[in-house]
Amino acid sequence: MEWSILEQYGPALLRGFGVTVLCWILGTIFGMALGLVIALMQRYGPRWLGWIIQAYIEVIRGTPFLVQLFVLYYGGPLVGLRLDALPAGLLGLTIYGSPYFAEIFRSGFRAVPHGQIEAARAIGMAEPTIVRRVLLPLGLVSALPALVNFSIILTKETVILSIITVPELMYQVSRMSTETFRYLEANLVLALFFWALVETISRVGRRFEARITKHLIERT
Amino acid sequence: MQASAVDIRKVNKYYGPFHALKDVDLAIPPGKVTCLIGPSGSGKSTLLRCINFLEEYDSGEIRIDGQLIGYEAPGRKMSGRKLREMRRSIGMVFQQFNLWPHMTALGNVAEGLVRVRGLSKAEAQARAAEALAKVGLADKMGNHPARLSGGQQQRVAIARAIAMEPRLMLFDEPTSALDPELVGEVLNVMKTLAGEGMTMVVVTHEMGFAAHVADQVAFMEKGELVGVDSPGRILHHPEDPRIQGFLRTYHERNSF
Repeated sequence: MEWSILEQYGPALLRGFGVTVLCWILGTIFGMALGLVIALMQRYGPRWLGWIIQAYIEVIRGTPFLVQLFVLYYGGPLVGLRLDALPAGLLGLTIYGSPYFAEIFRSGFRAVPHGQIEAARAIGMAEPTIVRRVLLPLGLVSALPALVNFSIILTKETVILSIITVPELMYQVSRMSTETFRYLEANLVLALFFWALVETISRVGRRFEARITKHLIERT
Repeated sequence: MQASAVDIRKVNKYYGPFHALKDVDLAIPPGKVTCLIGPSGSGKSTLLRCINFLEEYDSGEIRIDGQLIGYEAPGRKMSGRKLREMRRSIGMVFQQFNLWPHMTALGNVAEGLVRVRGLSKAEAQARAAEALAKVGLADKMGNHPARLSGGQQQRVAIARAIAMEPRLMLFDEPTSALDPELVGEVLNVMKTLAGEGMTMVVVTHEMGFAAHVADQVAFMEKGELVGVDSPGRILHHPEDPRIQGFLRTYHERNSF
């Protein structure tokens, strides 16, 4: 082991980790947002839209992220979609995550008892209000563990962005390895950073879950 | 004769090939309590749910104070907006309470006042507090449903409905999901409402309530309305053998 190289590469690694965290946060937020829109369109949209969405979900889920990213980054310019590495990477993550998030939301919505929706309809509440006041808050509670779980999976998918030269942690680690041949050290650093990130996410997720389910659990 | 609060005429409902309601005719008089009784699967809950169009009927007419609900004209559905407007004045209480678990008792009752009636939050909460006091839950306003007993939850559900100041209240087996010792508190609230002249339609297995509080009792079986009459005549001197059979089973089950 030769840890002294960290002095030289430390700043680059930290910058890389910063980019990784940024990609993860934005990719998760955008992916969740798109997934939510998809799940709502599936629930309330016309049937033909549902079929299109189903096809989208099957295609994205059925192909590797690496391939999707290549198609987007190298195939995009052929149809006039010219993106820099970082925006392309974020768009890729968003698209890749959206069908999984959509399925998680869909099952969360299904877990909301129909009677609670009917009760809202019976007093004359409009459907968008029902979504906002009843379906979303209750559906999100059921979906939360799966949402946290998939966001953790997404952290590790960010390493693939290095392939299209997004300067995130994997990219910096590869550079360090090829320049110094210190593969083991470089990858241990990578592992350590990811472990810290994932541990933080799951702790925050658990705390958040405990808070929002506080009133839903029967304690008589 | 006074016009009916609800006028049900030749209503039919199918679930696929299953004929759930067969040419049902029933007039609900205003300011009176009508109980719907009959064996399970007889269509009484379905009929009740057709009155506020939570369940769509396939043919016939249901008029609330003269206005057709669910359809503009036969075969042409009413707009969502118009239907919501009609539902505002029809309160409904469900077997499973269906309170929103993420809101307090006060929040559950105030929700419709804010989101549907457009009241300010402060005014909605004041009215919600009044409604909760009326069902005897002034001290439980801040509790979430998970911290309330079944009877208390159902009383919150009744408060949620009456806070909207409905002209008509529908009860779908309001005490069937309750432990026996909690049935009384809910029935008492309903009796008070009846005493104030609320028009009520109640699907129930509580024959005692039907006997003492109802002004008329309708008996249903296999999707048909078999008979409508005063509780005395339906419950004590039924002529139809189907009603006699139902009551015999009821009495046998409840005697010990």
